Amino acid sequence: MTQIFAYIPFKNGAAEDVALEFPAAAKKIDKGASLTAVVAGSGADLDKVAQEMTSIYSEVIKIDNALFSYPNAEVVRKALVNIIPLDAVFLFAHDTFGMDLAPGLSVKMDSAYAADIVDFEGIDGTTLKAVRQELGGAVSTHMAIDISSGAVMTVRPGAFAPVEGSSEGGTIVDKSGDAGDLSAKRKFLEIVEAEVGDVDITKSDVLVSVGRGIEDEENIEIAQELAEAMNAVVSCSRPIVDAKWLEKSRQVGTSGQTVKPKVYMAMGISGSFQHLGGLKGNPFIVAVNKNPKAPIFQVADVGIVEDILDFMPELTEAINDL
Amino acid sequence: MEILVCVKRVPDTAENEFELNSAGNDLDRDDLVYSVNEWDNYAVEEAIQIIDKVGGNVTVITVGDDESEEVLRREMAMGANDGILLCDDAFDGSDGKGIASILKAEIEKGSYDLVMTGAQADEGAGQIGGMVAAMLGMPYASLVNKIEIGDDKIIVGREIEGGNQEMNEMQLPCVISIQTGINEPRYVGIRGIRKVAKVDIPVKGAGDLGVDPESIGEAGAKTKRVDYFVPDMGEGAEMLEGSTDEIIEKLIERLKAKGGL
Ligand SMILES: Cc1cc2nc3c(=O)[nH]c(=O)nc-3n(C[C@H](O)[C@H](O)[C@H](O)COP(=O)(O)OP(=O)(O)OC[C@H]3O[C@@H](n4cnc5c(N)ncnc54)[C@H](O)[C@@H]3O)c2cc1C
Ligand SMILES: Cc1cc2nc3c(=O)[nH]c(=O)nc-3n(C[C@H](O)[C@H](O)[C@H](O)COP(=O)(O)OP(=O)(O)OC[C@H]3O[C@@H](n4cnc5c(N)ncnc54)[C@H](O)[C@@H]3O)c2cc1C
Repeated sequence: MTQIFAYIPFKNGAAEDVALEFPAAAKKIDKGASLTAVVAGSGADLDKVAQEMTSIYSEVIKIDNALFSYPNAEVVRKALVNIIPLDAVFLFAHDTFGMDLAPGLSVKMDSAYAADIVDFEGIDGTTLKAVRQELGGAVSTHMAIDISSGAVMTVRPGAFAPVEGSSEGGTIVDKSGDAGDLSAKRKFLEIVEAEVGDVDITKSDVLVSVGRGIEDEENIEIAQELAEAMNAVVSCSRPIVDAKWLEKSRQVGTSGQTVKPKVYMAMGISGSFQHLGGLKGNPFIVAVNKNPKAPIFQVADVGIVEDILDFMPELTEAINDL
Repeated sequence: MEILVCVKRVPDTAENEFELNSAGNDLDRDDLVYSVNEWDNYAVEEAIQIIDKVGGNVTVITVGDDESEEVLRREMAMGANDGILLCDDAFDGSDGKGIASILKAEIEKGSYDLVMTGAQADEGAGQIGGMVAAMLGMPYASLVNKIEIGDDKIIVGREIEGGNQEMNEMQLPCVISIQTGINEPRYVGIRGIRKVAKVDIPVKGAGDLGVDPESIGEAGAKTKRVDYFVPDMGEGAEMLEGSTDEIIEKLIERLKAKGGL
């Protein structure tokens, strides 16, 4: 029987949504597998999350240590190597913590490694079939993963259906005493909060969002004019902030803002999962992109294959003429 | 400070429309335009800025084929001092761990204070940096968007969810992966590339590195890509067609219905 473990990320005593998604991932790996949640942290927050997880997981491993009050990937990794069976299938979220910890853990556990998995298609012998994406979501691939000596894998948050109304009644197993030597060459110092900008894009019902397709800093004005006509606010994808064309507070995505507009105009944005991760509340998405194969068209409600630099001014004019 | 930056030659997502080949199991690679992985340019720029301040050398390295030499030259035109190409038929079929094992073998031969990778490349795994660090017993931090250099330590900021920054102190030597936005990578013109066109770039194979053949290539790979495919995502978007005027008319109708106007 496959033994699957899932590492539960949490903040301020509340588990991230992905905690509800690991059970569906585990079932798709192997219906008969045992599934254990692993929570590492310290004090009351940890106890709260461990307790919460007993309603979803039949077994919850708790690792309590003052060093985990902020989870430093290097320190947590040391504890996990000592506590989790080396031939286990071990799932993480493909978030900034999972990306920090999981590749190195797979080396220390001498397991197969696969990242950012969006679907599993079961086990044949010791070969697990998984689906992932490459090239920013432009293509998908099937992967064959040899799990005979274990596997460490990250799954994409939001890719698996969350469990609903579960009441597992699981037990908590305290493994804090088995963590072993936790000395590390990396030390957590502090969190510096992201700067607050001039506009709050999270407050707007309509966003005109520009991506790399805007091509030049001067063209931002074209989007600004459309936004004015629509009584909307301009937001953007990450490359626009990297280029310093707009402030960080305008960035939509996992490393930017989470927005819940009614209407989202994606102008020259390809539709990477990190960008879409910031888009919540099922908005009406209009995508304009000159590439008919752009992944954004798979998630948009309305798609238009045009050059945004020509299209946006015409749309602005038409709206102003209404 | 001796800095090594790992770089990868990748299909350029801005320049290509990806299609499957006629067999439907691989990309149609005939006309693909390749470039340096976007994240790696930020890493090389950061390395150059560091040695401009504290002195030292920047070496760029890649595991690839003959054509990968061009990405090394591009990064040398930016200002990297040396390049190393790791290339051998025995590397074919390597998975992420195989590539990391190959890099580790060469890194051990040098004495680098700092090893940098990009946060992720075309395959989107973000795996190589963390693996190399673990193999070498060095500390690792991913998604770095700020670096302050100290004597035997560095302070790095990791960009985490919401754009917040997690500050860490790292002992040297260490491995870090670089996130975009940390700097503005300098432009490289044809003339810059011409200047480094004749610089000798050593090419090393499995024998030179002394890597265990069982840990690399097909034999060492615990993960294999079986095929490429384009998923059936259900209906997808309603595509508006016609003249631009017709499209705009249809769009305005829908925007009105959905509260966009
Ligand atoms: C840890 C991590 C966190 C990240 N967080 C975020 C985040 O919070 N937000 C975010 O956005 N990204 C984030 N990213 C980056 C993400 O992976 C993508 O690189 C990014 O979203 C791509 O932005 P884009 O769609 O604007 O650019 P591209 O992917 O380059 O797409 C540009 C699109 O514009 C189209 N286009 C070009 N010219 C025109 C034109 N004239 N008219 C019409 N269309 C045109 C092209 O066909 C293409 O589809 C993150 C990455 C990592 C590793
Ligand atoms: C010679 C060769 C043969 C291969 N054969 C196969 C095969 O048969 N089947 C298959 O599925 N895959 C194959 N690959 C792909 C290989 O598995 C990937 O290169 C590896 O998984 C890392 O890619 P990634 O996009 O996941 O990197 P990520 O971990 O996402 O990249 C992060 C960073 O790691 C560094 N990095 C990544 N790759 C390299 C590299 N090659 N050299 C130097 N630095 C690097 C860069 O700094 C990059 O920014 C091969 C690759 C090479 C070079």
